[in-house]
Amino acid sequence: MAETVALLEPQTEEDFRPAFLDRLRNGDEVAHLVTLIFAAAILVIAALLVTELFGSSAEARHKFGWHFFFTSKWDPVAGQFGALPFIYGTVVTSAVALLISVPLGVGAAIFLSELAPPRISDSLTFIIELLAAVPSVIYGVLAMFALVPLLRDPIQPFLNRTLGFLPIFQGPSYGVGFLAAGVILAIMVVPFVISISRESLLAVPNEQREAALAVGATRWESTWQVVVPYARLGIIGSVFLALARALGETMAVTMVIGNTPQIVKSLFATGYTIPAVIANEFTEATEDLHLSALVELGLVLFLLTIIINGFARLMVLATTRRGTTHP
Amino acid sequence: MTKRNCLVAGVVLALSLVAYEWAPTSPMVVNAAGALLINGAGATFPYPIYAKWFDEYHKSHPDIQINYQSIGSGGGIRQLLAGTVDFGASDGPMTDEQLGQAKVKILHFPTVLGADVPTYNLPGISQELKFTPEALAGIFLGTVKKWNASELVSANPGVKLPDNDIVVVHRSDGSGTTYVWTDYLSKISEAWKTKVGKATAVSWPVGLGGKGNEGVAGLVQQTPYSLGYIELIYAVQNKMAYGQVRNSSGAFVKASVASVTAAAADAAKTMPDDFRVSITNPPGKSAYPISSFTWLLIPSTISDSDKRTAITGVLKWMLTDGQKMTEALSYAPLPPEVVKKETQAIAQIH
Repeated sequence: MAETVALLEPQTEEDFRPAFLDRLRNGDEVAHLVTLIFAAAILVIAALLVTELFGSSAEARHKFGWHFFFTSKWDPVAGQFGALPFIYGTVVTSAVALLISVPLGVGAAIFLSELAPPRISDSLTFIIELLAAVPSVIYGVLAMFALVPLLRDPIQPFLNRTLGFLPIFQGPSYGVGFLAAGVILAIMVVPFVISISRESLLAVPNEQREAALAVGATRWESTWQVVVPYARLGIIGSVFLALARALGETMAVTMVIGNTPQIVKSLFATGYTIPAVIANEFTEATEDLHLSALVELGLVLFLLTIIINGFARLMVLATTRRGTTHP
Repeated sequence: MTKRNCLVAGVVLALSLVAYEWAPTSPMVVNAAGALLINGAGATFPYPIYAKWFDEYHKSHPDIQINYQSIGSGGGIRQLLAGTVDFGASDGPMTDEQLGQAKVKILHFPTVLGADVPTYNLPGISQELKFTPEALAGIFLGTVKKWNASELVSANPGVKLPDNDIVVVHRSDGSGTTYVWTDYLSKISEAWKTKVGKATAVSWPVGLGGKGNEGVAGLVQQTPYSLGYIELIYAVQNKMAYGQVRNSSGAFVKASVASVTAAAADAAKTMPDDFRVSITNPPGKSAYPISSFTWLLIPSTISDSDKRTAITGVLKWMLTDGQKMTEALSYAPLPPEVVKKETQAIAQIH
């Protein structure tokens, strides 16, 4: 703030550098500082968030230490809190969501940008972007009344009959559970994947396509071996955004995951995620320790996001070094 | 030049906004219309009746406006202790520890009664089921696993109960409804008391969690052979089927405004002076066993005399005229003995 105040009174400064004054007149300096303040504000907000989460979770951090991350008992009556089932649920549902939404989304984006006639592509994209604006509680209701009955019978019994040798497709079928949450998350994040992937595919210069075709590639070879690798960074970016939304999604997940803090291999089983438990228990947490443990879960989610994003960035770096021009 | 002026003007505007934010603000006690503003926060369970009451009261007393935020009992207690609201509201009485944290003495005032009912989804069965305390405790502990278990069959002669697993549904969010349900189970089952206990959120031995009454109701309606618990008001308003529960006198009673008020009748005679009392599993032939008071939490010392007059005025009105509005919303009114005792307790606010 101090710099900005000084800027307002340049006339009183005797030894003011004319160059600076000039730049100030032209608005460059002001614009520079204003945007700098805005950029710094983001960092300040993030820092405040961490400090607040760290400070408010002091009681739980002191009581449980690192055990908080590795124990699975969540008992507000006995004052025992462990984050493991929630971390597990958050990671599993997000992973299921990405496994479904990334192939689906990238495939749709390739069709829309490379194959579909522009008129169809534009109108479909408009509809897809509308999907991204639907509130999550609507998806939750949709999941509860349409998806869950379908999963309970026939989808989960079918998976059990055909792929039942895999531990992830075993156990009783309630309809609600990891699979239901993962599928609804996939539906929620797929518009992001499609929309951003399509934009980055469209941004690939036409020369790339023409060059590929000129050396004898088929349409598909040109798309898959030249255009998609060229747009790789944008596509990975869309996956990050999808992941971020999946990790933090609360309402739709809590409506269909079953809200049971347990770690079970089967995707048919019920579970719990970090955002869901915070939303569920925060308002009625009467004990300080309970509230503190919930705040610490918020901190864990923050860390989880940083770790996963950091890991993903490393992956991008590793793949980018291989060059963007290979066939 | 105009461009520069614009920029400077922009910066000045930004600074003045910052300065405005930094300026010390006094808490707003009088709203635009000049009415005295009273802030309360807490329980969600009595929100429909509180909203009705405070709206009606404002109509008859335009100079007083009560703003009630239904943020949950936990939040209500917290905000009251922090002094950010004039009164709190809770579905469970405050613990001694919480009362100890308060800067001034906090008084409990019961306002209405509510109840929890067992609701279920049994395809092909149209009769109303009867539940014994043993059956309910067993189902929620996970020891009674099937619908045709002896605990259920013996209480329901003539009903052909199926050989299916019971899918238990409970609340996943912390709630007064859960507090009342677990308080009841703790009283009738020693195993429940030691293994799980009572609270607004507990570590459930079995079952799926649904968010809110609507979440539990939705899961029960969606899942065949399931059983869950919801608030009486929610069940009545949504016309959901619910079972009878055997009370401590051995009679099977269905929850209703009359049977819930009957549950409070006995407590009314032995009501402690601080009104912190649990009325689950009460004596009395017609008493429904899973019911509870809900409380307003009011500091005994209110320094602002206008607010003090207003709050005591509202309290008196709630205990008299207000009680007549409860049944329309399926809340049970307070027994007259409790109203009498509370009216005397209002004098403690000074």
